[in-house]
Amino acid sequence: MGISSIKVPDVGEGVAEVELVEWHVKPGDSVREDDVLAAVMTDKATVEIPSLFDGTIVSLGAEIGETVAVGSVLLTIEHAGDGNATEEAAPSKPAETPPAEDTPAPKPVEAPAKPAPLPNPAADPAIFGTAQAPRPEGQVPLASPSVRARARDAGIDLRRVAGTGPAGRITHADLDQVFAAGPGQTATPARGRAERQGEEAIKIIGLRRKIADRMALANTRIPHITVIEEIDVTALEDLRAAMNAKRGDRPKLTVLPFISAALCRALLDHPEMNARFDDDAGIVTRHAPVHLGIATMTDGGLMVPVLRHAEAKGPFATASEIARLAEAARSGKASREELSGSTITITSLGPLGALATTPIINHPEVAILGVNKMAVRPMWDGSQFVPRKMMNISASFDHRVIDGWDAASFVSVLKNLLENPAMIFMEPEA
Amino acid sequence: MRQETCDVLIIGAGPGGYVCAIRCGQLGLNTVVVEAKAPGGTCLNVGCIPSKALIHAADRFHEAAELSGDNVLGITTAAPAIDLGRTVAWKDGIVARLTGGVAGLMKKAKVRAVQGHAQIVDGKTVTVETEDGPIRIATKNLVIATGSAPQDIAALPFGGDILSSTEALSLAQVPQRLAVVGGGYIGLEIGTAMAKLGADVTVVEAAPRILPQYDADLTRPVAKRLEALGIRVLTNAKAGGFADGNLAVETADGVQQIAADKVLVTVGRKPVTQGFGLEGLMLDMAGRYIAVNDRCQTSMQGVYAIGDVTGDPMLAHRAMAQGAMVAEVLAGKPASWDKRAIPAVCFTDPEIVTVGLLPADAPGAKVAQFPFAGNGRSLTLERDDGFVRFVSDANSGLILGIQAVGAGVSEMAGQFAQSLEMAATLTDIADTIHAHPTLGETVQEAAMKALGRALHG
Repeated sequence: MGISSIKVPDVGEGVAEVELVEWHVKPGDSVREDDVLAAVMTDKATVEIPSLFDGTIVSLGAEIGETVAVGSVLLTIEHAGDGNATEEAAPSKPAETPPAEDTPAPKPVEAPAKPAPLPNPAADPAIFGTAQAPRPEGQVPLASPSVRARARDAGIDLRRVAGTGPAGRITHADLDQVFAAGPGQTATPARGRAERQGEEAIKIIGLRRKIADRMALANTRIPHITVIEEIDVTALEDLRAAMNAKRGDRPKLTVLPFISAALCRALLDHPEMNARFDDDAGIVTRHAPVHLGIATMTDGGLMVPVLRHAEAKGPFATASEIARLAEAARSGKASREELSGSTITITSLGPLGALATTPIINHPEVAILGVNKMAVRPMWDGSQFVPRKMMNISASFDHRVIDGWDAASFVSVLKNLLENPAMIFMEPEA
Repeated sequence: MRQETCDVLIIGAGPGGYVCAIRCGQLGLNTVVVEAKAPGGTCLNVGCIPSKALIHAADRFHEAAELSGDNVLGITTAAPAIDLGRTVAWKDGIVARLTGGVAGLMKKAKVRAVQGHAQIVDGKTVTVETEDGPIRIATKNLVIATGSAPQDIAALPFGGDILSSTEALSLAQVPQRLAVVGGGYIGLEIGTAMAKLGADVTVVEAAPRILPQYDADLTRPVAKRLEALGIRVLTNAKAGGFADGNLAVETADGVQQIAADKVLVTVGRKPVTQGFGLEGLMLDMAGRYIAVNDRCQTSMQGVYAIGDVTGDPMLAHRAMAQGAMVAEVLAGKPASWDKRAIPAVCFTDPEIVTVGLLPADAPGAKVAQFPFAGNGRSLTLERDDGFVRFVSDANSGLILGIQAVGAGVSEMAGQFAQSLEMAATLTDIADTIHAHPTLGETVQEAAMKALGRALHG
């Protein structure tokens, strides 16, 4: 047997350091070759690091949230054959005592004296506290197939549920408690008005930390000016409905592809908006292609996949590409290329879009377009109120390089295009 | 070329493939299953079912032969004779009935069965050479259920007098002398049946014991019975070539020649991963098997694999459970593999059932067994060999594994597996009334013995 160190691999793209976001193993764990050991995060993507050996984890070289350099020791592993680890390369942190091997199944908890088919949660609020703690990773929860199926359908992780049955078996009654407790699984059921106690510290790591860093960077460096304008989208909505009615097998159009098209058209008149400002060098680079960042909500947080060459895509192509990118971002399968290189960004909260927002620019871009909620409002047409479909847009600009007049002028061009959608698709005449 | 589209395309209509197809159909998915041969796969056509038919016939013949001699039951009858051709025809009838049944069930579930050889073009496209010409099928999801085939060895290539299990189940007559290379469950099942039918059988096993994956306690009753049936077992023995009716076998005592009319090679099974364009998908492999996760997803999105191609244990009921689970996954349900136990049965004489951990897998666990010799029903069946054994957690009494060896214990596999799935403790078994007089009382007694309160032993 030898001990080898597994190092942080070069994940390419010139990345020199990565953030450790997840350990899949702990000291004492047995792993097989290609089992995932840890997940690390670069600026754009999460990369899983596989084991190179069958063996046992000796020690871990970093903590979650730590930034580690490419080539530094991630962990050490004991395996058959000669190891590669030297004293020098061994991580400084001492190995923790490995957990006892073959920990027997959870110790039996005192079964209720009576069979008590439906224990009264109010009478025994501490049931989750007294029963054993949630099981360690890798330990299979004891439960009958019907209990497991019920938990699976409800999305409940049985490893987090304490079992009161013999040998710690999770019963239907235990699951009833979880349902009664509601989300959070292990909380005691709230009854009436009671003062709540406690606090929860959540470490900001991984994607959340990237978002935090980038938001702070954008908001400290960039003096934002936000222009909010209201748009009458009645004509646009009519056009959209007509195109959707004839769409056949093509994806259903939302308003986003039209806004993308209008934005690309407006950028012809305002090339200064489709730019990136390298503020350290003092250079604004205007881009001919429109690589449109699409702010997308994922389970992990905000991501911005990039619709490349938005200027060259029709509404249907735009719609399907946006759907594909959003899915890729949400499933964590988006490549680095798909998550970088945007020249201007759209942020839309759809039906949650509020009256107005103050979008934060996606640094180092100089403009961002926020799309607000659409609503039917009474509008005065000169002689009477008529119902019109109205929608606000909230656009922020980098005031260092974009003057208020240009910002307002750009928004007014956008408004004009969106209110007269035929103009979006007209070829510009010389 | 004719074009078709579907939601799910399954390659292989064995136990994994046909169950997956039926369940997909029931869940409303547009499903196609491609199979070159009859539906039912190895299991129905050349595996589980035909071998059990042969074993049944051999048992009946052997009983008759025993009764034709002096016997404790006082029965007198003439010595039996067998027309193995008729036995095989009867077996073929059962197979035809079952494969026809599978085809009917798939049809009822609105599954389209395409007969022909499938060729994977890419992860979403398969072409099939059918009798009516080639078809190109575009599918949203692909399920690989191509199963396994008998493993051969270089010195003994299949053909002529060298048989795989497939040929051994369709012999026209009982071979006079049969050499079985490989003392695993397949070789012992067929070898025992042939011995009961009158063949002179020699088993050649490379390991120090037959059924080497089990412990000696569990296999001893089988070894004793083989001896009683006159089957010669050579362990630590390596088979060489077969020539002029002699199989060369290398043992510690040197090379000896075993006279044999037929040589049955049962040294395991290998996954079928070649010959249908699988290489082109460049899937991640786990050794020679296709690597899958707990949803039977391969490394390529939309491509699934189930059954023997995904590794051990190569058992029909595992493939069926995987097939049903994949159908649920494809229908968008939150299914994943969370089985606690896959029972395994050897239809040797006596039979062996194992579920969960063996004593060697669970150091520190409590092990207790109760013999069938203490069971009234066993004695009335003239079989008192074997036992039931519990492996349980020493503190909680949680059952970790159950094994049994004895005549007819295969039917206990369901109770054993359910005990593990239900996370039963010894008390759960010991406090359940088991009907008298049945073999199952031994299960209860073994659990009671583990708890230190056996009544009959």
